[in-house]
Amino acid sequence: MEIAAPINGTLRRVPAWLIYVVSAGYAAWVFWQGATGALGPNPVESIEHAYGEAALYLLIAGLAVTPLRRFAGLNLLKFRRAIGLACFFFVLAHLIVWAVLDVQALSRVWAGIVKRPYITVGMAAFALLLPLAVTSNNLSVRRLGPKWRQLHKLAYPAALLGALHYVMLVKGWQIEPLIYLGIIAALLALRLPFFSRPRRKMAPGAAARSQS
Amino acid sequence: MAHRWKNTLTERDVTPEHLFLNRRQMIGASAGAAGLALAGMAAPARAETLEPSDFDDVTSYNNFYEFGTGKKDPAKHAHMLTTEPWTVQIDGLVDRPGAYAFEDIMKKMTIEERIYRFRCVERWAMIVPWNGFELKDLLDLAGVQSSAKYVAFETALRPEEMPGVSSNVIEWPYVEGLRMDEAMHPLTMVATGIYGRDMPNQNGAPLRLVVPWKYGYKSIKSIVRISLVENEPPTAWNKYAPNEYGFYSNVNPNRDHPRWSQEYEQLLGSGLFAEKIPTRMFNGYEEEVASLYEGMDLIKYH
Repeated sequence: MEIAAPINGTLRRVPAWLIYVVSAGYAAWVFWQGATGALGPNPVESIEHAYGEAALYLLIAGLAVTPLRRFAGLNLLKFRRAIGLACFFFVLAHLIVWAVLDVQALSRVWAGIVKRPYITVGMAAFALLLPLAVTSNNLSVRRLGPKWRQLHKLAYPAALLGALHYVMLVKGWQIEPLIYLGIIAALLALRLPFFSRPRRKMAPGAAARSQS
Repeated sequence: MAHRWKNTLTERDVTPEHLFLNRRQMIGASAGAAGLALAGMAAPARAETLEPSDFDDVTSYNNFYEFGTGKKDPAKHAHMLTTEPWTVQIDGLVDRPGAYAFEDIMKKMTIEERIYRFRCVERWAMIVPWNGFELKDLLDLAGVQSSAKYVAFETALRPEEMPGVSSNVIEWPYVEGLRMDEAMHPLTMVATGIYGRDMPNQNGAPLRLVVPWKYGYKSIKSIVRISLVENEPPTAWNKYAPNEYGFYSNVNPNRDHPRWSQEYEQLLGSGLFAEKIPTRMFNGYEEEVASLYEGMDLIKYH
């Protein structure tokens, strides 16, 4: 916990909007590179992969906030909304590039969603993220009250579906998508009651409360 | 016998202006050897100009999983492959089985250039000027026995030179196979170079198969063994997922890959905003090869 304190101090001075700026900058830079030929001969695929991968990284980062606070004392809470929204925008950009530049026809977009399980799974993840993005503002948090927390647990299945989407689309037994799936599963497992127990032991206040 | 598939010559004979065209702008394969031999003068009417892809694209974006699963991995790691000396074991139902040294094969073969379409099962496509000879010529060298019905191929497996094989993405060594009539077809070639240069390692040095009407993975790279056999041999991707990758694997817009549509393709190097191209039956070589599959259900035998 001694290491966490100075890091938390530094993080307090980092504005959360930096995440939006860096994400938008990265997305634009990748697209520009693709348009100018710097991503190789199949830029549509390269951009799709870059956006999809960024979304996976941000899903993992968002899911790591709570365990980092609980087990390492690192406080990244103020970044979580920006992480979540940036993630959503990468998923949206990934979807738009796929629909407009890759399959290029609405009928084929629909056919893909209905006929191809990996696309169905990806679309389901997007559909789960949609209400989360819409309610990622102070007004919604106030209006929904405790329901807001319940609603935003949809991030858990969305993350699993996102990782599964990647596992399902590769050829052969590839390790990388399984690593993402494993990390996401582990971050979700840390939320199970079994892993919450040691914290109660460490925090005397909580221990006292539970005895009373 | 080389130059059985001589559409360029025919083109020049019929329309002399084409003599002055860029060397690369040779006509494509819609006029195949069989068609030419039978139809003669009719061929140039069906001729089509194929503009080869960029050399850098062909050599920096491809699959060769023995060197990694990324598209750039083969170009990055294939320099580790030792291609000299190289021998190809030709065995099974042949009159002259044995280890054939690459230089000895090259001495006996006449190298010619053929510009073919290349279509990957992942829906990207390119146009490659291959240098090489017909597979039939190599098989004739070994003397195929009449009991042989299939040809089985095997890629080199060298863990110390191929970083990708440490991971069991598919079962190693990579194996492929063709039915005898497919193997003997004049379009089926063994390529030893591209763009008039020696075959780059990442593209399957020193010699690889090229079967232009089938998905790219049938065109096995860096061949070390060719076996003439009686029964349909196992093939690498079919072993991994038989419903996705059939033994025949003919390019077919009507038979989707279970996970994605095959109705269109993306020509490499055509840019971010390029329109997709409809997939051609047999990758545009229908006239030459459709007769091989007459009466066959190409959805069932995909």
